[in-house]
Amino acid sequence: MLDGLQSLGRATLGFFERLGRGNLFLLQILSHLPGMLLRPRLVLTQLYSVGVLTLLIVLVSGLFVGMVLGLQGYNTLVDFGAEESLGVVVALSLVRELGPVVAALLFAGRAGSALTAEIGLMKATEQLSGMEMMAVDPVQRVVAPRFLAALLSMPLLAAIFSAVGIYGGHFIGVGLLGVDDGAFWSQMQNSVDLRGDIYNGVIKSIVFGFVAGWIAMFEGYDATPTAEGVSRATTRTVVHTALVVLGLDFVLTALMFGD
Amino acid sequence: MNNRTMEIAVGLFVALGIAALFMLAMQVSNMSSVGRSESYVITAAFQNIGGLKVRSPVTVSGVRVGRVEAIDYDTQAYEAVVSLRIDNNYATFPEDTSASIFTAGLLGEQYVALEPGGAIANLKPGDRIQLTQSALVMEQIIGQFLYSSAARDTPEPEPEPEPEPETTEP
Repeated sequence: MLDGLQSLGRATLGFFERLGRGNLFLLQILSHLPGMLLRPRLVLTQLYSVGVLTLLIVLVSGLFVGMVLGLQGYNTLVDFGAEESLGVVVALSLVRELGPVVAALLFAGRAGSALTAEIGLMKATEQLSGMEMMAVDPVQRVVAPRFLAALLSMPLLAAIFSAVGIYGGHFIGVGLLGVDDGAFWSQMQNSVDLRGDIYNGVIKSIVFGFVAGWIAMFEGYDATPTAEGVSRATTRTVVHTALVVLGLDFVLTALMFGD
Repeated sequence: MNNRTMEIAVGLFVALGIAALFMLAMQVSNMSSVGRSESYVITAAFQNIGGLKVRSPVTVSGVRVGRVEAIDYDTQAYEAVVSLRIDNNYATFPEDTSASIFTAGLLGEQYVALEPGGAIANLKPGDRIQLTQSALVMEQIIGQFLYSSAARDTPEPEPEPEPEPETTEP
């Protein structure tokens, strides 16, 4: 009985301790971000491994998601004789929801896990403590550039995802199913609002990039420095990022489009 | 990994991302069609605007010439006042232009259709269109239809003598 209570208490305290450490760590990263302006080369290297290497999976998934949206949307809309609105359906679902969310999930799987494993392994092999011994701040040298790269890549990846998806939907709808090309684009332009839809989608993707970068960095930095600990931290990164992104997406959608 | 190759790849990635954002802004959204050219505002008062929204299209003969800028309610005249922002390319509408609210398709969005009259003087920016026709509200139409068909179906208690139809023709 008491043991049960104790383990419950320990779990709760551990949770809040981790939460607090995570927030302090975030403050630490943020305080180092301005210093990144002086060392753009570090960010560039990370942009390559975080952004460019994620590009392929984002391009391919965006294309297929757009094509599926085109097919499904067409089959539903054609019953109402409204297949001309296919462009609206594809564009709005991609720009508002699927672009930021799916890109963030792919990002967590492709880049977030890699970042966590990298930093966790650096910690396990005591490279981070080695840096501290040489009076090099590992947060400044290792963590901040990766975080900034995640923050910068996410909106770009989400925008690429949406754009490729719209072309995928266009290919299916106009190319294969015979929706009128002019109606596809003009109805889309009529209904998609620059401020209401596109800006909000970009804001969402920036928030997701922030969260994904933060979680990946913290899990890696906070990992138990063993092989098992690193593997567990990598799993946690993907799971937590997915959960937080989906939850935040609901909150952001309610704030932006709830009225 | 060669440093130069990596930089080119990052440059390509960023360029691609910005191009995608640009494509979303220009091609997918309606940015290219509003706020570009000069425009002016005229107003029109309607008894009922139905489902008209801000940013609904304003058309003449089916050609889009502007958008609904704002919708207000005039508490003095008990009417809805709709501000129409019209492109300057279409600056010459006669004073007796009329405005109607129509629906695109059966369930489509509502829009303002302008119908030019024959007056010589033109509408100036800020003028109010005098001749307006309200939106048709579906419930009213259905209600009228039901009422008239019910009136036709019920057998009259005694056949009234048919009133002589008044003819305007001589």
